[in-house]
Amino acid sequence: MLSCKAIGELLSQKLDRRLSLRERLRLKFHLLICKTCRCYEKQLKFIAHAVQRLMQSSDGAGMPPLSEEAGRRINRNIRQQLNEENSKEPRRRL
Amino acid sequence: MGAASDPSTWVAQHGDALYRYALMKMRDPSQAEDMVQETFLAALKARERFSGQSSEKTWLIGILKHKIIDHFRKHKREQNSDDIEALREQLDQQFDHSGHWKEPLSHWQAPDQAYENREFWQVFSACIAHLPERLADLFILREIKGLSSNEICKLLDISTTNNMWVMLSRGRMRLRNCLDSHWFNRDRDKQNPEAG
Repeated sequence: MLSCKAIGELLSQKLDRRLSLRERLRLKFHLLICKTCRCYEKQLKFIAHAVQRLMQSSDGAGMPPLSEEAGRRINRNIRQQLNEENSKEPRRRL
Repeated sequence: MGAASDPSTWVAQHGDALYRYALMKMRDPSQAEDMVQETFLAALKARERFSGQSSEKTWLIGILKHKIIDHFRKHKREQNSDDIEALREQLDQQFDHSGHWKEPLSHWQAPDQAYENREFWQVFSACIAHLPERLADLFILREIKGLSSNEICKLLDISTTNNMWVMLSRGRMRLRNCLDSHWFNRDRDKQNPEAG
C-alpha cells in the first residue's frame, strides 16, 4: 500500500496530469480508508482553485492601483514618443 | 471600427488594470511599472495594427503578457534550489518514518466563503509571496494562458515536467499549511494555548 506521503504527491499530480489506471486504483483504495488524505484532497483542490482565481482576477486581491507618480512618468514617455513620431513623418490623426 | 483610442488617455483608462495584472505576476512594484510602460510604448508602435476585434484592454493585456514572459526569459532568477530543498525537509516532517501523517489535518470550515473575503486574498497573496521564489514564479507562469509546460520548464530551468509536478505538489502543500495557520485555523493557538 502507498504511504500517505506518496498519496499526497499523487493527489497533487492529479490536478496537473492524467493519472495511470494503476495510480487511480491505488489512490481510490487509499482514500477509502484514510480520512486525513481525503481531507488533504479537498484542501488541495481548494488551493489549486484559489491560485487560479487569484491570478485571473485583475482587480481582486486588493492589489493597489498604479501610483500617480508612475502614471505621470509613463504619460510623459508616451507623449515623448508621440512627438518623435510626429516630427519624423506626418501621420493621420487618430 | 478598428482604431485604438487616443494614446494620451491610455494611462488613465488602462493604467490600473495593467499595473495590477503585472504586479500579480512580477510581485515587485517597480518592475511592474516598467512592464506597464514597455507595454504602452510597444502598443504605441503597433496601434495601427490593432484591429478592434478584441477590446483595447484585452489587446493591451496581450502585449503585457508577452512583455512579462520576455522578462522571465531574460532575467532567469538565481537558482535557489537550497530554498526548495529546505522546504522539502520541512514538509517531510509532517510524515512519520513510514510516510503516514503524524497528525490528522484539521478540517476547514466553509472554505468557499473565503473567496468573498478581501482579507482572505491578502493572506493568500502573502502565502504565495513567501514561497521560494522559483516556486512562486512557477504558480504564476502556469496561469498565463498559452504558455506550455515545456516552455515554463525552460523559463525556470526545471529539468523535466516530472520535476515540475513535484515542485507544484510541494508548493501546494506549503500553501495549505500557510492558509491553515494564517486563515482557517488562525484562532486555534489562541483558543488552546496548550496545543501549540
